[in-house]
Amino acid sequence: MFNFQDITTWIHGMLTGTLGLPEWAAILTESIGVALAVITLYAVFAIFLIYMERKVCAFFQCRLGPMRVGPWGTLQVFSDVFKMLTKEIINLRQTDRFLHNMAPFLVVTASMLTFACLPWNKGAHIIDFNVGVFFFLAVSSLGVVGILLAGWSSNNKYSLIGAMRSGAQIISYELSIGMTMLTMICLTGTMSFSEICADQAVNGWNIFRGHLPAVLAFIIYLIAGNAECNRGPFDLPESESELTAGYHTEYSGMHFGYYYLAEYLNLFICAGMAATIFLGGWAPLTIAGLDGFNEVMAYIPGFVWFIGKAIFVVFLLMWLRWTFPRLRIDQILSLEWKYLVPISMFNLVLMALVVAYGLHF
Amino acid sequence: MNFTLFVTVALTGILFVAIVTLLARLIAPRSFNAQKEEPYECGIPTRGRSWMQFRVGYYLFAILFLMFDVETMFLFPWATVMKAMGPGGLLSVIFFLFILVLGLAYAWRKGALKWQ
Repeated sequence: MFNFQDITTWIHGMLTGTLGLPEWAAILTESIGVALAVITLYAVFAIFLIYMERKVCAFFQCRLGPMRVGPWGTLQVFSDVFKMLTKEIINLRQTDRFLHNMAPFLVVTASMLTFACLPWNKGAHIIDFNVGVFFFLAVSSLGVVGILLAGWSSNNKYSLIGAMRSGAQIISYELSIGMTMLTMICLTGTMSFSEICADQAVNGWNIFRGHLPAVLAFIIYLIAGNAECNRGPFDLPESESELTAGYHTEYSGMHFGYYYLAEYLNLFICAGMAATIFLGGWAPLTIAGLDGFNEVMAYIPGFVWFIGKAIFVVFLLMWLRWTFPRLRIDQILSLEWKYLVPISMFNLVLMALVVAYGLHF
Repeated sequence: MNFTLFVTVALTGILFVAIVTLLARLIAPRSFNAQKEEPYECGIPTRGRSWMQFRVGYYLFAILFLMFDVETMFLFPWATVMKAMGPGGLLSVIFFLFILVLGLAYAWRKGALKWQ
C-alpha cells in the first residue's frame, strides 16, 4: 500500500534542505499548504455532495433534477454558490448582532476541524492525535453551540424553536455516536484514527471482524449520524413546512451559505467516520485465501477506497432521507432514550464479552 | 506537529468565514428598507419578544445528556485497554455500567423521558 508519508517527508526535506529555510519557516509554509488543501477539499466535497443530493433525490422521485446549467446540470451548484455570494447579507434591527455574526464561525470551524480528522490514505491525515476519537467527539459537539447561538440571537420565534429542537436532538444522539464508537474502540484497542485504519488493513474490516456487535453498532451509528446531521427523517429543526427554515431563517446570502456548506460537510464527515471505523478506512477489501484477488485490490490506491466507501455511506443516508417521513419531536427523543441508548449499552457489554474471550475473527 | 496542525485548521476555518463574508459584503448590492429589518413571520408583525422562557422539556434532556456524557467519558480509557485486560476488565466495568443503567432506569421510571 502506497504511503503518503513519503511525500510529506520529501516536502519537508526539500523546504529545509534544498531551499535552506529555517525550521519555523518550513512549518509555516507547510501550514499554509495544509490550509489551502483543507479549503479546496472542503469546497469540492460540498459542491459534489450538493449536486449528488439533488440528483439522487430527483431520481428517487422519478424526476431528472437540475438539467439546464451545464451538461446534466453539473454547473448548477457553481452558479448557486455565485448567486449566494452576490446576495445581500441583511442586518436585522433587533438581533443580537455579535452572536448573530459569530454563529457561522463556530459552525464552519467545528466542521472543518472534524473534516481534518479523516484519514484519507496511509499517512495522509491532517490531525492525528492519539486520542483522535475523543477529539472528534469533542469538536463535533462545538457545532451545536453554533446552532443554538444562531437560533437564539436571531430574535425570531421560528429560529428559536428550530434551535431548541436541534439542540435537544443533536445532544441526545451524540450519546449513541459516542457509545458505538466506544464499542469499536473496544475491538481495535486504540483511539487514533490512523492506527484504527492500520489495524483494519492487517486484521480485516471491523464490521466483519466484530460480526454481530459490530453490525449492530454500524446500524445504530447510521441512525444516530443521520440525526446528528439534521437530515432525513430527523429534519425537525428545519422542517420547512412548519418552521420556514428553522435556526437559519434570519440568515441571508452567504451567511446562509455557511450553514448549507457545513450541513453537507457534516454529512460527508459522518459517512467518512463510518467508513473509517467500521468499513476499514483506506484498507482494501481482502478475502483470506484468495491471494490473486487481494493483490488486485491492493493496487487500488487507499484514497480511492476511502472516498468510495464514504460516498457509499452517503448514498445510504440519502436513501434513508428520501424514503422515510419526518418524525415528531417526542418520537425522536423516545427513539433515542428508550431504544438506542439501552441497545447500544447492551451492545457495548456484548462487544466487551466478545473481545475478552477472543470470539472475534 | 499535531497541535500546530490543529491550530492551523482552526485558523483556516475562521479566516475562511471572515474572508468570504468580507467578499460577499463587498460585491453584494445594498439597499435600506425599514420593512426588511423586521423579523420574518408570515408577513405579520411579531408580537412580544422572542427571547422568552422556553418549555422545560428540552432542558431536562440536556441535563440527562450531561450526566450520561460525563459517564461515557470515563469509559473511553477503559475501552482502549479492554483488550489487554481480558475478562477481568469486563467484570470491573460491569459495576460501573450497572450504575449507569440504574440512572437511566430511574429517569425513565420518574417519567423524565416522557414528552408532555
